[in-house]
Amino acid sequence: MAQQEYEKYYVPDSSPWPIVGAVALFLIAVGAGNFVIEQTKGTSGYGGYILIAGFATLIFMLFGWFRNQIHESMTGLYSAQLGRSYRQGMAWFIFSEVMFFGAFFGALFYARMIAIPWLGGSGNNGATNEVLWPTFQAMWPLIETPGGTKTEAMGWYGLPLINTVILLISSVTCHFAHVALEENKRGRLKLMLGITVLLGAIFMSLQVEEYIHAYQEMGLTLQSGVYGNTFFLLTGFHGLHVTLGAIILFIMLLRIFKGHFTPDDHFAFQAGSWYWHFVDVVWVMLFFFVYIL
Amino acid sequence: MSTVTETLHHDDDHHEHHAPPAGIKRWLYTTNHKDIGTLYLWFAFIMFLTGGAMAMVIRAELFQPGLQIVEPHFFNQMTTVHGLIMVFGAVMPAFTGLANWLVPMMIGAPDMALPRMNNWSFWILPFAFLILLSSLFMEGGGPAFGWTFYAPLSTTYSGDSTALFVFSVHIMGISSIMGAINVIVTIFNMRAPGMTWMKMPLFVWTWLITAFLLIAVMPVLAGAVTMVLTDKFFGTSFFDAAGGGDPVMFQHIFWFFGHPEVYIMILPAFGIISQIVPTFARKRLFGYASMVYATASIALLSFIVWAHHMFTTGMPVFAEMFFMLATMLISVPTGVKVFNWVATMWRGSLSFEVPMLFALAFIVLFTIGGLSGLMLAITPVDFQYHDTYFVVAHFHYVLVTGAIFSIMAAVYYWLPKWTGKMFDITLAKWHFWCSLVSVNVLFFPMHFVGLAGMPRRIPDYALQFADFNKWISLGGFAFGLSQLIFLALLIKACRKKGEPVSDQVWEGAEGLEWEIPSPAPYHTFETPPVIK
Ligand code: HEM
Ligand SMILES: [Cu+2]
Repeated sequence: MAQQEYEKYYVPDSSPWPIVGAVALFLIAVGAGNFVIEQTKGTSGYGGYILIAGFATLIFMLFGWFRNQIHESMTGLYSAQLGRSYRQGMAWFIFSEVMFFGAFFGALFYARMIAIPWLGGSGNNGATNEVLWPTFQAMWPLIETPGGTKTEAMGWYGLPLINTVILLISSVTCHFAHVALEENKRGRLKLMLGITVLLGAIFMSLQVEEYIHAYQEMGLTLQSGVYGNTFFLLTGFHGLHVTLGAIILFIMLLRIFKGHFTPDDHFAFQAGSWYWHFVDVVWVMLFFFVYIL
Repeated sequence: MSTVTETLHHDDDHHEHHAPPAGIKRWLYTTNHKDIGTLYLWFAFIMFLTGGAMAMVIRAELFQPGLQIVEPHFFNQMTTVHGLIMVFGAVMPAFTGLANWLVPMMIGAPDMALPRMNNWSFWILPFAFLILLSSLFMEGGGPAFGWTFYAPLSTTYSGDSTALFVFSVHIMGISSIMGAINVIVTIFNMRAPGMTWMKMPLFVWTWLITAFLLIAVMPVLAGAVTMVLTDKFFGTSFFDAAGGGDPVMFQHIFWFFGHPEVYIMILPAFGIISQIVPTFARKRLFGYASMVYATASIALLSFIVWAHHMFTTGMPVFAEMFFMLATMLISVPTGVKVFNWVATMWRGSLSFEVPMLFALAFIVLFTIGGLSGLMLAITPVDFQYHDTYFVVAHFHYVLVTGAIFSIMAAVYYWLPKWTGKMFDITLAKWHFWCSLVSVNVLFFPMHFVGLAGMPRRIPDYALQFADFNKWISLGGFAFGLSQLIFLALLIKACRKKGEPVSDQVWEGAEGLEWEIPSPAPYHTFETPPVIK
């Protein structure tokens, strides 16, 4: 092991940002909790305001924290070892996100492969079907629930297919941007990253379109049984992640215009691009398991 | 063993680090792993006393049959919040606190890999528990569906506070995930030169694997609470058969998190015991490599046994068989560990200082819990025992005399290193013996009432259980009081009372943390030691 690898590890001095972040999460949790209660009961209260205050605090915190960090990084306080810490930390964070989506995919598979067939009387569950909902037929997509709610299934052609193509292309452009950064071709980098962010934005607007279509024309809503539930929660959380990823990449673009990042030191960019690829992979899984199959 | 070649007393050669800021700011803004470790440990202890107070309410109500002290609904809130606090507020933060204090010192790192995030992960916790606790005062009361929050108890039949419960679990999860990422990255990336994988102390190994489990399953818990939230408030039907969902699906998702979670609460304990026993047996740990492999296989197996909590839900027979056999398989690596601890002591020159007393109690009593677990793992037998006090006895043996005793052993073992002073040994012995006797009066009879059919989570019971329950409650009160001795001892220790200790503290102690001065300086290993 090269001795140089163990040059002094940068341990930051005390910092106010983490506690600001903790307060932000506190406000978000309290606000969101009360907001949900107030919304569903139709009562009035401060939930929404607390929630907004929480997000504002969070953004303030991220701004301050990252400004510190960028400053430290640009003044050369960071070592290769610290860079590895950040990269590994990001990789494990993405793994945790994979598991989060895993919970919802698990729900999808369970409902589809186990719960619904059982309700339809398969295996030794004849009595379940007979006693609870004798007319219920097992099917997927579940366009008529045992309780009788009817809906339509979302096809995979049209918007979802276009969206798949868009995200796949954006993954490629994001990769090209990375290559351009490593080859120090700043013009190409700006172009490719700009295209990536733009494609992300188009994806999101088409997704919104699809939701409106689902709600207004197909009667596919959050309330229309486990098909709609898995559909909206999976695509919804994915959409949130796309939005977040696009915002991150947009900020990277701004930083690149300010001249940040060098061919061999660009952790923030790399983290953003990993995140983007991850979001793409999730989409491909979604496209297969939610839309096509 | 490893030796440190570089100079260790470099308190005065750092320039950009100032002394910690005075007052409250030090604790709010800190990035120091030792400060953060202390914060975690105190927080865990306060939560332990809070959750313990709720246990006292439970035992007071159960002192006699009939309803006398609290309303059944409040009783349910007490069992629920007691469980949540002990799991997420006491045991897990205590282990994270120990990891913060010890992992960098054990692997020769200057601090945790991501010190600011470290502080963030800690400070989320007090807020999360503030939300959870204050929800008890809401209209309709706090969460009352058990720490396992089974649907439809938590969806159709729960109160408004469920929304706050969900979001507080969310931020607890964020805290644990960030904490775990920090530990895992520290261990991967911050080991001093020469600290190879198979030289790492077992506490570090077990925490590495625990951190992996945490990152893998806390997000699944987040998914579970999210689905509870949407089912309750937004009309989804994940756990409602009328919409094509299934309440049993909730249990699958929950226990996919829940079973690895119980190992999250015991693997670091295994690590602690593996540090303490060799010291006081004055022998190397028997079977170091097998300990590492056993830990890893326990962790991997823990992903395929979850449905042993669901034997009575009506799963297909094949699934019942699979989960029964997989569960019993876990006993093998667990047995390896117990064997190795005993073999370490075999023909050692044993001495019985307080940490060793707790470690020995751990080995015996945890094994009792493991054996009752094995009984519960047998599907047809579990049909009888499920949801009785036998299960309560099982998990309190593994968690109180297991996880909690290991934490106490760890505190007694490393406290002199942290403060530089020996703790009050008389008080410590009182604490140990009072705890040891009362904990068994408290939990052992639960086996009997459980086998006889007393259901758990019910504020009243049939008359024939009255005598045992009286004893259980008395044991409970005694155990609760015994912890006040610990409180007194800790306050004394933090005020730096007591005899100064040597760097090594314990005669047989080996490892990097025993080679730095006592008390451990604010910054250690700013230049990494070279380990031979
Ligand atoms: C030898 C290994 C173990 C085996 C075979 C085992 C087996 C089981 C089984 C089958 C149950 C379900 C009982 C029922 O609800 O009917 C159970 C419950 C439980 N076990 Fe274990 N267990 C073991 C070790 C542990 C450890 C090490 C811990 C924690 C440190 C633990 C914590 C729990 C908890 C908390 C519950 C109850 C959960 C609840 O329903 O609230 N177990 N165990
Ligand atoms: Cu289990």
